[in-house]
Amino acid sequence: MDKLARLAISEEGFIFDPVSGNSFTTNKTGLFNLKALKEGKGEEEIVQALTEKYETTKEGAEKDVTDFIEQLRYYRLI
Amino acid sequence: MKESYEKPVILKLQMGLMNKFGASYLKRTRTEIDGVPVNKLIEEFGSPLFVFSEKRLRRKYKEIYNAFATRYPNVQFSWSYKTNYLNAICAILQQEGEIAEGVSEFEYEKARRLGIEGRDIIFNGPYKPSHILEKAIREQAIINIDHFEEIYDLEEIADKLGQKVKVGIRLNMDTGITPQWSRFGFNLETGQALDAVKRIAYSKKLILNGLHCHIGTFILEPRAYAQEVEKMVKFAYQIEDEFGFKIEYLDIGGGFPSQNRLKGIYLPPELAVPSIEEFAEAICDTLLRSLRPNDFPELILETGRVIVDEAGYLISTVHAAKRLPDGTKAYVIDAGVNLLFTSFWYKFNIELDREVQGVFEPCVIYGPLCMNIDVIDEHTQLPPLPRGTRLIISPVGAYNVTQWMQFISYRPFVVLINSEGKIEVIREAETLEDVVRKEKLPARLKLVQ
Repeated sequence: MDKLARLAISEEGFIFDPVSGNSFTTNKTGLFNLKALKEGKGEEEIVQALTEKYETTKEGAEKDVTDFIEQLRYYRLI
Repeated sequence: MKESYEKPVILKLQMGLMNKFGASYLKRTRTEIDGVPVNKLIEEFGSPLFVFSEKRLRRKYKEIYNAFATRYPNVQFSWSYKTNYLNAICAILQQEGEIAEGVSEFEYEKARRLGIEGRDIIFNGPYKPSHILEKAIREQAIINIDHFEEIYDLEEIADKLGQKVKVGIRLNMDTGITPQWSRFGFNLETGQALDAVKRIAYSKKLILNGLHCHIGTFILEPRAYAQEVEKMVKFAYQIEDEFGFKIEYLDIGGGFPSQNRLKGIYLPPELAVPSIEEFAEAICDTLLRSLRPNDFPELILETGRVIVDEAGYLISTVHAAKRLPDGTKAYVIDAGVNLLFTSFWYKFNIELDREVQGVFEPCVIYGPLCMNIDVIDEHTQLPPLPRGTRLIISPVGAYNVTQWMQFISYRPFVVLINSEGKIEVIREAETLEDVVRKEKLPARLKLVQ
């Protein structure tokens, strides 16, 4: 998760990677996941936290977190 | 109180790639078709499901017929069976005043079976075997000849029946567009068409009374039709003056575009596709300018796509979402190219049955077939779709329910929402029995005794 640690993340969901120079944008749940990942939380913990804070099911949140991590991997952010 | 949820998404910001037209994500939600809820349709008939709107079909026919009939006094529309030969669709258009246009034994017989008289069928196409040609002549169908062999076939049939047979010939010509459809009929510029007329006149067994032409498909240039009409009228008078045949009809074919979006065309259809009024004006103005005083041969149009395409929808369901190695979002839906043949050249309008919150992202839509070619949309922008979301795909009324194929899976129900808003089944869903009925398994290969 070293790469995640270097990202500059604004409260509005704007993300800047100072190494590659790339910028990204994310939505509120994406921001929630990013922060949790940065804090070193695991997938299960994030799913649990999502279901506590948002109106979503465990199954739905699980799928979405997996997909979100795949997106981060594609952008080489993790 | 929990906060509302949306699927987490992260998107890379691309600089310098802004679309000069701006990215407009229109609200693309459709919960009903002609007042019937999408969910009710799927609950009753399952997904996927073809839905036709009788109201839209009739309205479109009237709109297009009126565009021509208000500009020229002798107009007849002829329903192109290959575009959509479901009985209910053909019957509706017959009620509206169309005759039928078939291009094969199958289509001719299908029209006859539906109750259409032979004299109300135009028989076109490059392959008309003698037995069906003879039947069509006995039943007084309108025949447009495609090649010299057909002239000889018709002369033989005329001898056999002991009567002169009325025929038209199909022309092909340069109308300033490419591709030039040169494989059907006789070429005008090379003199081949004139040779055909000479042959017909010489044998004295046939009476030439019509000219037919069909310049292409999904034509976006009204001036091409103006050229076609001008050349046809000029040739008709040459025939009348030199050979004494009176040309009673000019069949200018079809090929008008619908509000569909061809792949490779940058502009949306509302900008790229001329209105039917523009086509009608180009055609009828040229006709009236070129014809001799008080001569109004019948103008026949064989428009298919432009009449039926927008009356057809396909409701499909998201079965799975996945992420491709290049980061693209992909959806697997339950309808593929086996049902949507026109997806090979159209980029459809895709509407959702519900409001979906979340960021739009580029995605690809795959059909259910285990085949690499099964792609309904290579690149579209959609919000994150939950499993079970219905996609309402349109316009799909033209060519799909004729060119679809039984491949890998069954073909679904086709329903019509009639003018009163009631649902009527116009084609049952296929079953295993339907598919295997024609198969024969030799006794020695039977696995179950």
